[in-house]
Amino acid sequence: MFEVVAFYLFAFLTIAMFIITVTTKNALYALSALAAGMIFISAFFFLLGAEFLGAVQIVVYTGAVMALYSFGMMFFDSIKEIKESPTNPRLTFLLTGMIALIIVIIFVAPIISANITAQYPVGMAAELYGTIDGNTQDVGVVLFTKYLVPFELAAVMLLVAMISGIILAGKKMDVSITELSEQEVDKLIQEREKTETKDNK
Amino acid sequence: MSITLNDYLILSTIIFMIGMYGVFRRTNLLMLFFSTEIMLNAVNIGMAAISKFHGDLTGQMFAFFIIAVAASEVAVGLGLLVLWYKRHNSIDLDTLKSMKG
Repeated sequence: MFEVVAFYLFAFLTIAMFIITVTTKNALYALSALAAGMIFISAFFFLLGAEFLGAVQIVVYTGAVMALYSFGMMFFDSIKEIKESPTNPRLTFLLTGMIALIIVIIFVAPIISANITAQYPVGMAAELYGTIDGNTQDVGVVLFTKYLVPFELAAVMLLVAMISGIILAGKKMDVSITELSEQEVDKLIQEREKTETKDNK
Repeated sequence: MSITLNDYLILSTIIFMIGMYGVFRRTNLLMLFFSTEIMLNAVNIGMAAISKFHGDLTGQMFAFFIIAVAASEVAVGLGLLVLWYKRHNSIDLDTLKSMKG
């Protein structure tokens, strides 16, 4: 009973928050509604017994991703209202509905047809090592045995993303050389050489 | 009355639909990023629900990797967005029409 009440409460709250995010004209409202929705989603993970995933959801999404977005929004004019120019709202609605229907079919079809057996059952760590049963332990066992290579690849990918983010936002690339004419490019190169020789002196 | 897998999948689909509506409707690039995050989260709910109701941990593993992909997507995407804003002084999707490189 408690689970049912919690499910419907958090489902309502999450959907309300995300509807605010996609419909509001104010960027700050959208950002805070999105952060709230992320926290409500972590409630589903706790309900489903995936405590570690819930904690990661709170730490990564509301801690890291939302902070990154709010730092990014300092570059843009977030106070002024966003101008939207929707092309055809009826077409948008129709396309969204059609795709949603397809997604429902995709989700439901394999459940009806197949009997899936668990490859990595919950409670594996307790069986293998005789320790106290816990979701975090199970996750650790599976992550560092079967999924070790994807785990390391994800780490490398995050490092690459971090470096690219720093370089893209930090380097002075506010002039596009491909859009300039020959004379302008020559001028730019001469100016850069001048500043470099000044720095060397 | 108890919550079944179908309830979670329907919820996941509704949230995915909201995100997809956002992607269709928005022309502001920052709002498009927000809608993408919503869609990724919807998939995560579905993964965790299947993991629970089939008693298999693989779904949770994939949810972790989706979170890692989402985090790196935000880092690279925001870097590109800042760069675009510096050049064009706007993050509207309509300014992206010209493909000069």
